[in-house]
Amino acid sequence: MDDGLALRDVTIAKAGVPLVRIDHHIHPGEALTVMGPSGVGKSTLLAFVTGTLSPAFTATGRIMLDGHDITDAPPHKRHIGILFQDDLLFPHLTVGQNLGFGLAPGGSRASRKARIDAALAEVDLAGYADRDPATLSGGQKARVALMRMLLSDPCALLLDEAFSRLDAALRAQVRDLVFARAMARQLPVLMVTHDVEDARAAGGAVITLA
Amino acid sequence: MLGPLLAGIYGTILPAFGHLPAAGLTGPSLDAFRALFDWPGLPHAVTLSLTTGLTTTFIALFIVVGLVAGWSGTRSFRALERALSPLLSVPHAAAAFGLAFLIAPSGWIARAGSPWLTGWDRPPDVLILQDHWGLTMTAGLIIKEIPFLLLMTLAALGQADVVRARTVAAALGYGRVTGWLKCVFPRVYSQIRLPVYVVLAYGMSVVDVAVILGPNTPPPLSVQIVRWMSAPDFNARLLANAAAILQLALVIGALLVWRLGEGLVAMLGRRWIMAGTRSTCDPVIAAASVTLAATSALAIGGGLAVLAVWSFAGFWGFPDALPDAFSLQNWSRHASGLGDALGQTVLIAACVTLVSLALAIGCLEAEHRHGLRLTQRGMWLLYLPLIVPQTAFLPGLQTFLLNAGLDTGIAPVMLAHLVFVLPYVFLSLADPFRAWDRRTATVAAALGASPNRVLWAVRLPMLLRPVLTATAVGLSVSVGQYLPTLLIGGGRVSTLTTEAVALSSGGDRRAIATYALMQTAAALVPFALALGLPALAYRNRKGLQHG
Repeated sequence: MDDGLALRDVTIAKAGVPLVRIDHHIHPGEALTVMGPSGVGKSTLLAFVTGTLSPAFTATGRIMLDGHDITDAPPHKRHIGILFQDDLLFPHLTVGQNLGFGLAPGGSRASRKARIDAALAEVDLAGYADRDPATLSGGQKARVALMRMLLSDPCALLLDEAFSRLDAALRAQVRDLVFARAMARQLPVLMVTHDVEDARAAGGAVITLA
Repeated sequence: MLGPLLAGIYGTILPAFGHLPAAGLTGPSLDAFRALFDWPGLPHAVTLSLTTGLTTTFIALFIVVGLVAGWSGTRSFRALERALSPLLSVPHAAAAFGLAFLIAPSGWIARAGSPWLTGWDRPPDVLILQDHWGLTMTAGLIIKEIPFLLLMTLAALGQADVVRARTVAAALGYGRVTGWLKCVFPRVYSQIRLPVYVVLAYGMSVVDVAVILGPNTPPPLSVQIVRWMSAPDFNARLLANAAAILQLALVIGALLVWRLGEGLVAMLGRRWIMAGTRSTCDPVIAAASVTLAATSALAIGGGLAVLAVWSFAGFWGFPDALPDAFSLQNWSRHASGLGDALGQTVLIAACVTLVSLALAIGCLEAEHRHGLRLTQRGMWLLYLPLIVPQTAFLPGLQTFLLNAGLDTGIAPVMLAHLVFVLPYVFLSLADPFRAWDRRTATVAAALGASPNRVLWAVRLPMLLRPVLTATAVGLSVSVGQYLPTLLIGGGRVSTLTTEAVALSSGGDRRAIATYALMQTAAALVPFALALGLPALAYRNRKGLQHG
């Protein structure tokens, strides 16, 4: 019953002016899409959920993840994964090292390497472990960023305009992949976007901010 | 960082007013100031200090502004930028020696034209170095301040929307220079104001360049302060402190005059903008500034070349353009002295730079984690140690350390260096650190990385290039420090810089050349490494090759 990502009476304000008001429970395998033009505080909502809200904002309400209150937990202890419109792969690491950075600790070197190789194979990138991320195409980078995030075993997934930098054909393909992987892992997904197509593909509830 | 500064100024004020308990003096009295105003050299020393500082700042700023206005974005500008950037790290003393060896009556330029052009077979009897009005000293400062102001301006340009401003101005029919001056300069100047003040204060109170190139009797005020400081009797010390207060007052006065001048220029500028003039001597300004900038780059480069020739020279009679023979004799003769001085220099520079890096990165990381931001007032505090003249607070700091019993050894020297190194390290790290994409940290945290892991495994490796550049800046600033080493070290700490400047009165060109070159190498090699190491470490990382 408590499983999933719940935003309870969340209000975010800047200088006393409320920007976002939301109260919603996203069950495992469900998606919530938050829509609206730029500048209405969509990304601010995600920053509150990841724990990286700028001090210029004040937020009230609680964030519950699988029954635990994570409102005051530090960002790295929240088990919430996020994808931005840029891939944000670490440029100083190889593709494999990027995935290794995300992979939860534990296991032998061989088994970790095997999991990384398997993750790459899952998105048709087998053999790319030693590549420099800067040499990959846009779609390939997006897939690596997705797998890096999934390897860290998140309990929820946030998407911050995650597909808006990709061109139309690639966009549908990556979007389908992300939702397929998230549903397969029964993750609750919170997406902010200004694209109706994204909302339709997500299939869940839609909240429009104004 | 303000601690040593305040202690120093306080320690300067007390003896200036005749309060020095260690010498059995209790003030207040104005005897020291009375003695100072009785010194017949004072008017000239004060005038020299003012003219040097103001002329240096005005000409260097004029050249840099003309250069950027007339040439930025062109191919020749990039070439000049590449030539000038490494010159920033050439220590002032080495550049001054190089200039001296070029333009002295027996220097390279006179040799190159003799006897076929000038008819000289002996060095002409003209006073070029250490001239009465300090013109050579001013020239020596200008050639060193151009690279500094240029790089500061280029950094400021990144934040002004220059390309579009130029396009708009050009579309409205404005010439390149006029358009830049009217659209971009006001924005850029507010960003480089503090560096300009640093140049002004430095030019007014510099000691090492003044010792090498400046007049002797009477010398500029700053040099006289150091002479009084190192005199054995206490009255001279009191005199030095009184003169230091006067120096501080002069710098503050000059800064106020400059500030008023800014207001006046702004007023005239607004009138000029409203007049709608499309082009005012654009080609003249552009040509003059690029010629002067190239000349100054050549002067430093040629200076280093002539130092290199002297350091390997055997017998070198006057009109000959090159020595009769080259040998390693000078280097081997000074090997042990050079080795000792290099060891001290590197030890001090390395410790000071490491501490500065730790403090600066700590500050910037705290800023990042807690969402703080340095205010304009904070910037002033950071720049304060660079603006307050060294001669005004180092004598007091020395007295303070003396009273506290901390006047021995190398640690106080390091502390004094830290006051000057930290601001430069912080300034060179701040922009790249703040430009770093915060979402990278969010992603890393979402992957479960703690803030410390994000810092060590993501942020610092991604910012390797600026961190190494800041390291090189810190090392070169420390290597170039003359007065803090001399005064706080009490003459017992010898670095390459203090040794080289000490040699200047002796006139042994071969010895000077070896020390000045070694000093340059100590400052330049870290820069070469800072450029080379990231290229090597990230040779297979396309995303970091232009970072």
